[in-house]
Amino acid sequence: MDKHLRIPGTQFRIRFFKDTSATNTPWWIAIASVICAFIFSGVFIALNGNDPFLVYGKMLGGAFGSSYGFGETLVKAIPLLLCGLGVSIAYKIAIWNIGAEGQLVMGAIAATAVTIYFPGLGQLSSLSLMVLFGFAAGAFWGLLTAIPRVYFQVNELITSLMLNYVALLLLDYVVFDPWKDPKGYNFPGSPMFTSAQELPVFGDSRLHYGILIALAAVCIYAALVKYSNWGYKLRLLAANPNAARYAGIAVNRQIIIVMLVSGGLAGLAGMAEVSGVAHRLMYGLSPGYGYTAIIVAWLAKLNPWGLIVSSVLCGGVIVGGYSVQLIGLPASMSMIIQGAILFFLIGGEALKAYRFAIVRLPSNLQESG
Amino acid sequence: MDFFATLIVSAIAAGMPLLIATLGGILAERAGVINLGIEGMMLLGAVMAYILGVTTGSTALSIVFAMLAGGSLGLLLSFLSVTLRANQIVAGLGITLFSTGLSSYLGKPYGGSQPDISIPDIEFPWLEAIPFVGQIFADLNAMVWASFVLVALLHIFIFYTPWGLHLRAVGDSPSTADAAGIPVYRYQYFMVTLGAMLCGLAGASLILVYTPSWNDGLTSGRGWIAVALIIFARWNPIRAVFCACLFGFFEALGFKLQLYDNTIPPYFLKMMPYITTILVLMFVGWRNRKRPSGKPESLGIPYIREQRI
Repeated sequence: MDKHLRIPGTQFRIRFFKDTSATNTPWWIAIASVICAFIFSGVFIALNGNDPFLVYGKMLGGAFGSSYGFGETLVKAIPLLLCGLGVSIAYKIAIWNIGAEGQLVMGAIAATAVTIYFPGLGQLSSLSLMVLFGFAAGAFWGLLTAIPRVYFQVNELITSLMLNYVALLLLDYVVFDPWKDPKGYNFPGSPMFTSAQELPVFGDSRLHYGILIALAAVCIYAALVKYSNWGYKLRLLAANPNAARYAGIAVNRQIIIVMLVSGGLAGLAGMAEVSGVAHRLMYGLSPGYGYTAIIVAWLAKLNPWGLIVSSVLCGGVIVGGYSVQLIGLPASMSMIIQGAILFFLIGGEALKAYRFAIVRLPSNLQESG
Repeated sequence: MDFFATLIVSAIAAGMPLLIATLGGILAERAGVINLGIEGMMLLGAVMAYILGVTTGSTALSIVFAMLAGGSLGLLLSFLSVTLRANQIVAGLGITLFSTGLSSYLGKPYGGSQPDISIPDIEFPWLEAIPFVGQIFADLNAMVWASFVLVALLHIFIFYTPWGLHLRAVGDSPSTADAAGIPVYRYQYFMVTLGAMLCGLAGASLILVYTPSWNDGLTSGRGWIAVALIIFARWNPIRAVFCACLFGFFEALGFKLQLYDNTIPPYFLKMMPYITTILVLMFVGWRNRKRPSGKPESLGIPYIREQRI
């Protein structure tokens, strides 16, 4: 079904063709599905009596229109990048970890535990201990998903989601009861961190050094996947689990390792969120970062470098969701768009055989002038 | 009534929405399509029932629109997973995320107002005379009875009618079913949509029977517990009754414990249904280690007619 479309006045033409052997998804599907998701959600906004152009204008302006807004977008992109990286490692080998939310919360709780039980430490030791505890708590929460999966054949989707609710209830417990700030006028939150327990920020912005942790994690993961023995096993498992098993890869051990890493990264995101942004553990810490991370991962096609772009985009959607609150719409608007992006993305997979390319006309057909 | 009878009554009441949602999930999964959108379908059903209750005050309209809302999400899920052959897990997740947002978006303007709709209890005074068993069934909500009828209907449909046989064939081996002349895609579309309507009904029942008010994320994970219940019930409607009541029991037990012993922080009691879900699934996995789980053979695998197996 080759079809050609000449671009008038140039020496190029667009070639549409169908590649039935294609296994990878072309780049334009991600962009097209984001656009379709905005149109689709716009219909619902319009049906409810609001002007979608006005709403989207506000969202865009809020998220990318000012340096403050863009800074907020980047701040939101940090936990999304860490959680998104975590879940994309798991999705790569078809482990459906949707528990990043709970793993993030556990990381935040553990990091706060450091500030409560070791209050007098210096900046370096206290921050490194918080990073360590945050990672370990997230990894532990991931392990709680991996063990039922590996030893009891329990679907990890359900386990990881149930553990989200458990972690959120645990968060409610600690901020309403034992760790509640006695001087906090009944605010459900822990005492404010001291400056030694806060991640430093760039200049006088709100952008904190968590972004360096996140970017470092992406680089390390990308390098490990490409060059290490573990990365090879991961790629083999992703490509063909049966072949991997016959090649002698201990699949169960890999599942446990992947869930530890996946949970640990989300735990780091929780640590960065309390130490870099909130400066305390509080009720409603995460506006669903763990769920948005699923979209971040799929939008990036599980590619670590793509995650950087998709996390900024989704961070923008969250910040945009806050700015439409100014015109009286709920912030959950952003959730509608996120969900729509996800099903347009996977629906778009059906079109993956359809390709287009811009090709140069053969010289004998080139128009002169 | 003694303590245990009231506990069982509240277990049945708390299990009812779970049961209806589980039945919806069973229908879809029997046709070979994983429905992870149950939570979202319940949420959208609940918010539609709430809105219609506030604006029209009609219980019947609430139920109809809740089921339509669930059904349209079901159509979307079947289009994605049957026609486009997309990854069913991600399709369901997308639907849940989308309707979590949509439901709180739709429910926001009505926040605070209480609809004047509810479903009455059905009383059988003559049953009171029978101790314990009779007392339990003497005063149950009409919705509970409706869910029991639904269980019986679905059980007969799945296991004792030719259409049920076709449905099971589609879920187990779509290529065989196709060769036998069964319209595989039509069955999948129909069953997923019908199941999704039940999930919408389950959401509506939360508003109509429990709390006649809306707050974001009202279902609090019940849809996901229903996904677990499908596995626990081995894809069988009758078993689903007992499994749902067991979960209702743990939910009710949490409430009761809170009344009798206020030294345990309520947060830990609220964790109970979630932790129970994991433990129960671990038990099921351990029990199933030497026998088949009862799962439809082709669950989650899109059927591609042109492809040889």
